[in-house]
Amino acid sequence: MGGRITPIDTAYFKGERSGGFSVIGTAVQRSDARGHVTGRTVFFEDLTPPGLTHVKIHRSTRHHARIDRVDVSGALQVPGVLRVITHRDVPNNWYVVLRLIGVGPDDEPVLAEDRVLYRGEPIVAVVAETEEAAREGAARVVVDYTDLPAVLDVEEALAEGAPIIKQAGTNHFVYEGHPCRRIRFGDVERGFAQADRIIEGRYSSSPIEHAPTEPTGCLVVPQGDGRLRIHSNTQAAFFTLDNTALILGVPPTSLRVVGGTVGGGFGGKVDVIVEPLACLAALLTGRPAKYVYSRAEEMQVSSTRAAERIHIKDGVMRDGRIVARQVTLYVDAGAYSRHSPYGTTKAAAHMPGPYTIPNVHVDCYCVYTNRTPSSAMRGFGVTIGDFALESQMDHVARELGLDPLRLRLTNAYRDGDMKAHRKIASGTALVEVIQSAAALVGHELPPEYLAMSSAERAEG
Amino acid sequence: MTLRRGRGYAAVNYPTGMNLGGDPSQALVHATTMGGFVVTLSSVDLGQGLRTVVAQCAAETLGVPIENVIVDTADTDTGPHCMGTFASRGTHRVGNAVVMAAREAREVLLQVAADELEVDAEDLETDGTGFVRLKGAAEKKIHVSEVALAAHFRQGRTISGRGIFLKEPSTPVPETGEMDPDSCQAHACTVAEVEVDDETGVIEVLRLYNTYEVGRALNPAIATQQVEGGAWMGLSHALFESTEPYYPHSREHGPVDFVQYLMPGPADLPEQTSMLLERPADNGPFGAKGIGEMTANAPIPAIANAVYDAVGVRLTSMPFTPEKVLRGLDELRAGRAG
Repeated sequence: MGGRITPIDTAYFKGERSGGFSVIGTAVQRSDARGHVTGRTVFFEDLTPPGLTHVKIHRSTRHHARIDRVDVSGALQVPGVLRVITHRDVPNNWYVVLRLIGVGPDDEPVLAEDRVLYRGEPIVAVVAETEEAAREGAARVVVDYTDLPAVLDVEEALAEGAPIIKQAGTNHFVYEGHPCRRIRFGDVERGFAQADRIIEGRYSSSPIEHAPTEPTGCLVVPQGDGRLRIHSNTQAAFFTLDNTALILGVPPTSLRVVGGTVGGGFGGKVDVIVEPLACLAALLTGRPAKYVYSRAEEMQVSSTRAAERIHIKDGVMRDGRIVARQVTLYVDAGAYSRHSPYGTTKAAAHMPGPYTIPNVHVDCYCVYTNRTPSSAMRGFGVTIGDFALESQMDHVARELGLDPLRLRLTNAYRDGDMKAHRKIASGTALVEVIQSAAALVGHELPPEYLAMSSAERAEG
Repeated sequence: MTLRRGRGYAAVNYPTGMNLGGDPSQALVHATTMGGFVVTLSSVDLGQGLRTVVAQCAAETLGVPIENVIVDTADTDTGPHCMGTFASRGTHRVGNAVVMAAREAREVLLQVAADELEVDAEDLETDGTGFVRLKGAAEKKIHVSEVALAAHFRQGRTISGRGIFLKEPSTPVPETGEMDPDSCQAHACTVAEVEVDDETGVIEVLRLYNTYEVGRALNPAIATQQVEGGAWMGLSHALFESTEPYYPHSREHGPVDFVQYLMPGPADLPEQTSMLLERPADNGPFGAKGIGEMTANAPIPAIANAVYDAVGVRLTSMPFTPEKVLRGLDELRAGRAG
């Protein structure tokens, strides 16, 4: 076959690579490629069961407000509207997707009750014969609000006197009694005291959208035996099944999730958002129901990548050794937890980067604000951290007047090193990827750096 | 106006999987009447090629041609539990479960074949072309389809296997953060070459060089697609994407379509030169580590660092818009003047 395939440099780790495979390591053509490029792959929206109904949502227009009154009478007058669904119709309205693995508390309503915490929060679902009728019905719902003070910034949310927006009583997730996920390794203050220089940096990011080609959605078809068949583009079929069953208060055996083919997910299809309402619509009307985000909803109300703010303080020696690193990291979870407490822990474990630093102090805060909930996205908890860490490494190299690759090699973690979260490093290869990339661009490294190895640390 | 060039570096590691909740994946394998092998999962293929890679894992382990393998994904009525497709876990965890299930199925396959050939099962091997044969005696062999027919219609045995990959859940120690949250680490180093227009603030990424250490590239074409597609996403993240600028103060102005939500088009794509290294993970299927997520990461700081190299502006806030570059240049000039 033709095409450009990235070569493998087999000179590295020679003794560790066994061979003799017949199909492993070969460029087998992707089994779904032909279907994708010829339009024959079946996605959930290619199914059009008879009697299909459509679900659209009336959403909050406020960042943070009390709901004084919800009037759905206008929606019910729209021809083709079959049902409106409010929080009263949802058997177990409060949930958190990670409760299956013991992360709590339930902090998000499927449909808002007496308060909204972000613009775009769902309040009423409208089920109709056509998408147009559902959209028109949703637009005719009237909600009266009393605005409440909104918190739109992570550090303001943690400041003393900030309005508390969460029922749990704090604007941050509580990790076993602590306001943040902590890493404590060595003695960071002693490290700073012995350092030649202290070099600091602050880094931040905007929320971004997953932008999958196929928007998030599902189609629910009631079966003759009373079960619901959920055709979904979820990234996690059983996650969807179990959470939907818990929200609906039905046995999981009454639901079946069929999926497996997804037009891009990047983490945006891990939250369980569309399936419970589509199932409810199907149960209440006895007809198939489809709930799929419009492109605008995908961009405006689906979970974002969390905006982060990261402060790094390094204690460094003139020769480039980093002897202390303190990281304070704020994840903007937005209004609800979704997967953010988990991602924040992943961020903590990733610090201080792939470097062996004897004194490390990390505080990672999962902070609630009145912004769109963030959740999993490709590189969850790590991508923005890597931006900050590797910008900081360049900053340190510039400040010290050192070659940026040699600085990294000097500090690179290797097999047997203890990482800051007290896991012994193994199978490391930071040294080698740096050596290889340097060779690709003709960046000359002195012999002692070319002789370095992840598998062993030269004496002295 | 001056176009100024710079080069920037970034090196990263990335965890394969996350097991603070255990995060298991399961697989079932069974033979059809004539020796097709069905791998049953509830795992999801997001378009990254999971089905293809697990078919390779099954075919390699069973020792049959890949054409004999069917992968059935994501039906909760038939597929065993899978935590889901995320955290760079698909190839590693689902692959491990498939290898385990295929090993069990292969054992039965060899036992059935042994009974048909009247030899000991431990003297048999699969040859990857569809035959089971006696080691050292190439002429003594039986086709897998014959073995499957014999299992179904004569011997009454199911050629099947079960697999699960579960790493014991790790609960972080709250005081110290001690934890074991992942299965292994993959590695990358990216070098970015950029050109910055110091009048408009526009950054153009000219070239990206990537070296990835992936444990084992089970399918180098799919690995290539990850490396190059991920670099595109990283570049997009670095220079283009944001659900702001006006949000949260005026949500109405947030992007609602791909005209407003900008991402790089063909003209924005840099040349890419990449290299793979392999240091097999002892707990990975054939040594594979997960690289699905990490490929977007290193390009971002590499581009930021290249901009610094080009014009001396330290970009600390993503995305790196022309406005941020120009403000940085203004500050530099003001600093020099002051």
